[in-house]
Amino acid sequence: MFGLIDCNNFYVSCERVFQPRLEGRPVVVLSNNDGCIISRSAEAKALGLKMGDPYFQVKAQLQREQVQVFSSNYTLYGDMSRRVMHYLGATVPSVEVYSIDEAFLDLSGLQRHLMPYLGDLDALARQVRAGVRARTGIPVCVGVAPTKTLAKLANRLAKKDTALAGVLYLDSAERRAWALGQVAVGDVWGVGRQYAQKLTAAGVDSAADLARVSEAWARKHLGGVVGARLVRELQGFPCAGLAPSEDGTLHRQSISCSRTFGRPLRERELVLGAVASFVARAAEKLRRQGELAHVLTVFISKNRFGPDADAAGGHSRSAVLTLPVPTSDTRELTARAGQLLARLWEPGAVYVKAGVVLAGLEAPGGQQLGLFEAAPAAQAATTEPRGAQLMATLDGLNERFGRGTVRLAAALGPKGGGPVPWQGQAAWRTPAYTTRLEDLLTVS
Amino acid sequence: MYDVLLIPVQEAPLPTCLPVFSYRVTAGFPSPATDELEGLFDLNRLLFRHPDATYLVRVMGESMAGAEIHAGDLLAVDKHLEADHGHIVVAVVDGDCTVKRLERKGDTWWLMPANPAFRPYQIQTGEELHIWGVVTHVVHELIPGKLTALLLSRD
Repeated sequence: MFGLIDCNNFYVSCERVFQPRLEGRPVVVLSNNDGCIISRSAEAKALGLKMGDPYFQVKAQLQREQVQVFSSNYTLYGDMSRRVMHYLGATVPSVEVYSIDEAFLDLSGLQRHLMPYLGDLDALARQVRAGVRARTGIPVCVGVAPTKTLAKLANRLAKKDTALAGVLYLDSAERRAWALGQVAVGDVWGVGRQYAQKLTAAGVDSAADLARVSEAWARKHLGGVVGARLVRELQGFPCAGLAPSEDGTLHRQSISCSRTFGRPLRERELVLGAVASFVARAAEKLRRQGELAHVLTVFISKNRFGPDADAAGGHSRSAVLTLPVPTSDTRELTARAGQLLARLWEPGAVYVKAGVVLAGLEAPGGQQLGLFEAAPAAQAATTEPRGAQLMATLDGLNERFGRGTVRLAAALGPKGGGPVPWQGQAAWRTPAYTTRLEDLLTVS
Repeated sequence: MYDVLLIPVQEAPLPTCLPVFSYRVTAGFPSPATDELEGLFDLNRLLFRHPDATYLVRVMGESMAGAEIHAGDLLAVDKHLEADHGHIVVAVVDGDCTVKRLERKGDTWWLMPANPAFRPYQIQTGEELHIWGVVTHVVHELIPGKLTALLLSRD
């Protein structure tokens, strides 16, 4: 049995914990750079506000309806998420942190074990829900089912139907059949928009319809074995267990860092500064994971709606470089990223976003030797230990004195100081209530 | 009579400064004490029963001066504990967070300040009072330091 626990309107709920007066009032949280709506309270949903609505389009409505608007405060959301996940980890045998506000729980074997004490998994789910609420003030919903796909589906229904009080346990075949009938095929976990269109065209409208298709049909029309597994999961046969979590136990396959700039940039050195600061952040994560990257990708995006947006729709360009020797050294990666940026750069163009991706990650020591590179022994004697030591010192200083205390000169802002132009806008960000001494909640 | 128990607090290790430009670092002799190190003394563990349900908040004003809670102090608030008669709690009144002592007198419940200049607040029957959390500890600075500086910078 699997459980899926999902926090309701997580970002809005976090804000409400520290501003109780917002309870019962419409609240929205905006994405990075105050771009669009990414979290809505129930009251905001009732006003017809949609996920992804660009702020400038709904600004008048937000003002008219007196909706409380916040910039995203990831410091706060990250800490609240940590508290939720830590509690889950202490309560059930195994947890997969699926996203900042969602986690899968492995409940196999618990049923028999718990029966004498708690009764049912139903009771456990209710206890977990109350526990998260009590410790963090954040409301959650729990779905419990034999497979992850069904648990996700159960969670969806638990959230929709207030009569279920936030918990749905699909313990019997009848209940599963009922639940499958309630959900449109496009809302099944793993069915994207394109597949949803294809499926509806083929007469497969609900999750129940999808659970009835043959394995051969699924293989043919739903991307081979992935589709076949999806159907099996809907039928109640588990095809996937818990994956390692995001919270450091997981070794990520790739590490990326990208942001929309605070204002559109046409100066190359400013875009280079942005790219350098993203490289620094990604390389820091890479080193924390203790690995080296083989492949470096840099991308930059022009304004999709601006006058010089490409007629062909290609507003984003990227360049990839396979490094001769894998590295986690910020200096090396920054220099390479600069070369890639030079390749992509179009003079006169206006850019609104950039990003870097580090991929092909591997643990140090297992490298293929480069035919044209110095042998590792020779290399180790010259650059390597000093480079590693320098990076360790850099990370240590930044951890101790705050992120970005020590940077490469390339990642500094424009001459003469002032705000860094690639840093996003966040006009309505709340304080970091739980992590900064200066920002703690005050009580009188 | 006061019983004062001295708890030996392990000294925090000196910050390690890596020589950035030196070519080679010799490690020297290992300290004979490292074998005896029992792990650092962690105040969080000692004090907070539910660290993940504990939030620090800052006090404004002197409404709880009689309970040794002063402006600028830090409070550790446990959201998980169930509030009961006699607890000092953070409660939500009209959408604002306030710290008061929760008291029952007969059939009525009160939020009591610990300062005669402030008025007690009676919780009306049927009123859904939201208890944000129970105060478990007060951090009060006796020698002016960061908390005092923070308080002064606010005024």
